[in-house]
Amino acid sequence: MSVLNNLINGISLGSVYAIIALGYTMVYGIAKMLNFAHGDIIMVGAYVCFFATQSFGLPPLAGLLLAMVVCTVLGIVIERLAYKPLRQAPSLAVLITAIGVSYLLQNSALLLWKADPKVFPSFFEFSDPVTGQVKTGLTLFDGQVSIPYVALFTIVVCLVIMVALTLFTSKTKMGKAMRACSEDKGAATLMGIDVNFTISMTFAIGSALAAVAGLLLCSSYRSLMPTTGSLPGIKAFTAAVFGGIGSIPGAFLGGILLGIIEIFAKTINTDISDAVVFTVLIVVLLVKPSGLLGKVVHEKV
Amino acid sequence: MKKYLDKKRRTDQFITYAMVIVAYLVLQGLMMGGFMSPSIKGQLVPICAYVTMAISLNLVVGFSGELSLGHAGFMSVGAFSGIVAAAALQNVIPFGPLRLALAMVVGAACAGIAGFVVGVPVLRLQGDYLAIVTLAFGEIIKNLFNILYVGVDQNGLHLSITNEAALHLADGGKAILKGPMGATSNLKLASLTAGFVLVVIALAVVLNLVNSRAGRAIMALRDNRIAAESVGIPVTKYKLMAFVTSAVLAGAAGVLYAMNYSAIAAKKFDFNTSILVLVFVVLGGLGNIRGSILSAAFLTVLPEFLRKLELDQYRMLVYAVVLILVMLATNTEKAKFLFEHLKKKCSSFMPAKGGTR
Repeated sequence: MSVLNNLINGISLGSVYAIIALGYTMVYGIAKMLNFAHGDIIMVGAYVCFFATQSFGLPPLAGLLLAMVVCTVLGIVIERLAYKPLRQAPSLAVLITAIGVSYLLQNSALLLWKADPKVFPSFFEFSDPVTGQVKTGLTLFDGQVSIPYVALFTIVVCLVIMVALTLFTSKTKMGKAMRACSEDKGAATLMGIDVNFTISMTFAIGSALAAVAGLLLCSSYRSLMPTTGSLPGIKAFTAAVFGGIGSIPGAFLGGILLGIIEIFAKTINTDISDAVVFTVLIVVLLVKPSGLLGKVVHEKV
Repeated sequence: MKKYLDKKRRTDQFITYAMVIVAYLVLQGLMMGGFMSPSIKGQLVPICAYVTMAISLNLVVGFSGELSLGHAGFMSVGAFSGIVAAAALQNVIPFGPLRLALAMVVGAACAGIAGFVVGVPVLRLQGDYLAIVTLAFGEIIKNLFNILYVGVDQNGLHLSITNEAALHLADGGKAILKGPMGATSNLKLASLTAGFVLVVIALAVVLNLVNSRAGRAIMALRDNRIAAESVGIPVTKYKLMAFVTSAVLAGAAGVLYAMNYSAIAAKKFDFNTSILVLVFVVLGGLGNIRGSILSAAFLTVLPEFLRKLELDQYRMLVYAVVLILVMLATNTEKAKFLFEHLKKKCSSFMPAKGGTR
């Protein structure tokens, strides 16, 4: 039964990775850049949500909405100020700028909110109406399998986001514009698509998703620090590459698989779970160099 | 024309070497004279280590054109194998500098082997995929050193991946590496002179490699892989040559760095360290060795300098802002235009040299 428990925890963690990875993969698909600051936007979102609910007493949903708005604005501002001037620059310069933005966010958070870890409130506890006990999850099979509510909620949210995003990119005008830009920016401009606006929108969506991911991540792990976002950020980036960067279903698949592998590796040895995750990534990339669902780009001579 | 280029290259190299030697002499003089505060003194060896790291990473990123995000992994391999070698040889070779040199050779060799093992599969990939795999390797190496225990007694070296007790050391034996704690009883063998020698060696290796036939092949592969391949340059051989050379130098730098502290753990050589070195290389200019040296030295001192100014809590913030602004200033059209304009203004004051370009 512990296998089932681990599987559910793995899928839940993987769902968070998948949501973060969506942000990476969309930005990569359109702007062809690795947005290293994405992990830190998660952290900002989590802090906004934390203060909104703890200091200002807003309900969790309002906190989440506020965090999403703040992150969206932050994402657009970062894109306008730091990345937009570098559209034509070599990719390495953009990468370093993104790293600079990441440091900037982390250290601003350190100054504003100090280094001590905050205990994130748990939004997923309900007291039983009959017995008055506080319940944090479902228990099945006489308590052999327990599913935390937060895990269930995470998985559901991830599925909803996946479906919504797939519909958005395939059906709406904006989504089609995004796909056109990722295919060929020049041609998209000629077709009357505002490329800069489209890229800004991509950052906005990615950052809003990061806020959601921040809330979910901190609800499961219950601790919040200025560096909270960096390791999940790197792992989600790995997940995006694992599934094939630039592909939305790939990010989903990569995220879920990575989460499951990580949780199962943790049951064997906690210290080397990261090593196991990265080894699997390397093996996959060696067999399939463009990731699980990535497009194979043929070289032009 | 060739002669002119040769001469230009030689003066260029001469300036680089001269800069390093003068810097060493000045620093050594200041240290002898006692003009240096302890906090700056403590930075000297790390600066040398980071300069070496920057030179070696520039070989991969600048000359070979492959983005590596796991360079600290090689530093880590070098550092810990060097520590083990130095500790194991303590009774055999009591003379410190010689032991340090041997530790560096061992560290460099181990890092070279690691570089080869990593390089063979990794260099098949390209672009961002290669970057993520080097990142992954860096993390794996860090994780492995986190669970590795090494001890030494009269029977030789003992290894374990569970805990210190599992080493089964005989009486009088001691544990050198203790998993997540790392090495805790290091002898500080590193000195400014050792660092200087390492920097000069790294310079000599990289400058000679870059200006050799192999170096031209490496750069040809960077500029156009397909064209280079079509004239018969073996891709894997030359890419691997650059990668392994770089790993060897990083390993030696790791030994130097580790020997400067009495305790060092694997988590020091994480992703952030790799990024730090990458920042040195990019800010100094890709393929520009002198730039790498200057930016590594400057950016290592900058946080200390800000600490001096009592801006301690803002130092990383300033660092981040400097990073972004420099990138924006050197890579945007507007800034380029401004620089061109300034250049023209400056050159109009000087007498024009003959010949049109």
